[in-house]
Amino acid sequence: MKETAISIRELTKRFGDFTAVDRISFDVYKGEIFGFLGANGAGKTTAMRMLCGLSFPTSGSGTVAGFDVMREGEMIKRHIGYMSQRFSLYDDLTVMENIRLFAGIYNLTPYRTRRRAVELLSRLNFLGERHTLVGALPLGWKQKLAFSIATLHSPEIVFLDEPTGGVDPITRRQFWELIYEEANRGTTVFVTTHYMDEAEYCARVSIMVDGEVRALDTPAALKRQFATDSMDGVFRTIARGAKRAE
Amino acid sequence: MNTDIIPFIRKESLHILRDKRTLLIVLLQPAVMLLLFGFAISTEVNDVRVAAVAPHRTAGVTEAVNRVAHNPNFTFYGYIQQNEIDDVLRRGDVTAVVVFADDYDRAVMQAAQGYAVNPPIQIVVDASNTNIAGTASVYLQNILLGTASAQSLFETRLLYNPQMKSAYNFVPGIMGVIFMLVCAMMTSVSIVREKEVGTMEVLLVSPVRPTKIILAKMIPYFVISCVTLAIILLISRFVLDIPMSGGIGGIVFVSLIYLALALALGLLISTFARTQIAAWMVSAVVMLMPMIMLSGMLFPIENLPLVLQPLTCAVPARWYISAMRKMMIEGLPVGAAMTELAVLCFMLLAVLGFALKKFNDKLE
Repeated sequence: MKETAISIRELTKRFGDFTAVDRISFDVYKGEIFGFLGANGAGKTTAMRMLCGLSFPTSGSGTVAGFDVMREGEMIKRHIGYMSQRFSLYDDLTVMENIRLFAGIYNLTPYRTRRRAVELLSRLNFLGERHTLVGALPLGWKQKLAFSIATLHSPEIVFLDEPTGGVDPITRRQFWELIYEEANRGTTVFVTTHYMDEAEYCARVSIMVDGEVRALDTPAALKRQFATDSMDGVFRTIARGAKRAE
Repeated sequence: MNTDIIPFIRKESLHILRDKRTLLIVLLQPAVMLLLFGFAISTEVNDVRVAAVAPHRTAGVTEAVNRVAHNPNFTFYGYIQQNEIDDVLRRGDVTAVVVFADDYDRAVMQAAQGYAVNPPIQIVVDASNTNIAGTASVYLQNILLGTASAQSLFETRLLYNPQMKSAYNFVPGIMGVIFMLVCAMMTSVSIVREKEVGTMEVLLVSPVRPTKIILAKMIPYFVISCVTLAIILLISRFVLDIPMSGGIGGIVFVSLIYLALALALGLLISTFARTQIAAWMVSAVVMLMPMIMLSGMLFPIENLPLVLQPLTCAVPARWYISAMRKMMIEGLPVGAAMTELAVLCFMLLAVLGFALKKFNDKLE
């Protein structure tokens, strides 16, 4: 039996009459790259906010990094990393100042901060840029840096909300190499994306439609099940039945 | 849960220091405004040119004209003919003309003995600028009255601002506006910017308490405002010569309460506004306009229409400006501004409580 990093059952979020997330259940294994797909408005973001301890579930149960999603949101926040679709570093601070800020937020000791900073900057070949303002870096570099900073405090799970939006294919490829490296070190990666080729990189993929998880399996199994040769085909077949407008 | 607030304060300070243009504006604006209002925009009447019409230049007439000519507020243009009055006024050569009657000397003498006489002096004033016209004509009357009658019936004494310098009156008003601008506008814009750019989300996913994020945003702006306060008080004392005899401690204390209130208002605005532009608009238009109109800064509250007068009670600047007038200009101790202080404290608690509640609700 594989160890789970995320395990949720019947998780639901209602806003008044509107059920944004409708009784979703799934497990994510430790060290796995888990793709979380869905059309706009399918409830992806709401589901992810619940998993990050940002939003309180209306009903259901589950654990993230071993902590209860209903009661231990604050503990969850300390054991996860997060990178949002919109850029999440400060443009008017230098690379090092950004690192120090997030190190401070997660209570890293000065010694550990320095060690981690050198470690991740040399991995990115960024050591020479550490006193450059983040705003002056190209978008692709920024996003690689944002990912590295999201894993600065060695979280058990890192949540990536459309991390590669607006980046060229080569940089996206490099970004995914970073994700693989991180997963090889044992970090669980939970990623949402709109790019179906990226879905192929994931170990397993779930597809949300109208607040429900409609499919969950490895990309290969999904393609077999829906008798198509691409994830694009799988996604379109499943999302065709969506009732919610974008 | 003991994440230190220091990294956040350092971050906010860096944001402010990196934005040199804004910082410069924030620090220079009070000085520029004070000096502008203090010296350039003056409601005092200076250098009013006056001409005289006198059919007979008798001793009495010459003496009266000399008095006007020697007064520092007036410049004597010269004697003109009766038919030239309209011309010189129209051309803007003079602002006022003093017309002496044919029998000026005799009329003055008879008036002094208690006889009823026709007015021996006529003052013709260009009233296109009502402010100057009013002040100048009253002032001219006073000067000429001194020559006409041996003794005036009235003795007016101006307290607190004996030289009637208009700068005095503006200083508290400017303080009220500037602190609101710096604190409320800058905090709200800075919080909303993080929402807009997306960094707020990352901060909220982190284990840091939202209250700490907000507190860390307010502290650097509070420090900047304290520097501004020091600049304003120094200029007031040493450039504008405002005595502030009531004690500096009380002035600073009430100002700090007002600063905190402005910061809380900024936080409140940030919970409503979604974009920086919206935050800016709300601070500038929705808050600033009523503040200027209803705070007593420009127009005395007693002169406002009755319907509007109760509304002024809701404007924080009204209470602050009133307290500052008492303490800076009248030189009263802080005890005289207890009502104002109490209202400001109450507003601070109410706004801060409401803003924090709104902010926490929004997180869900």
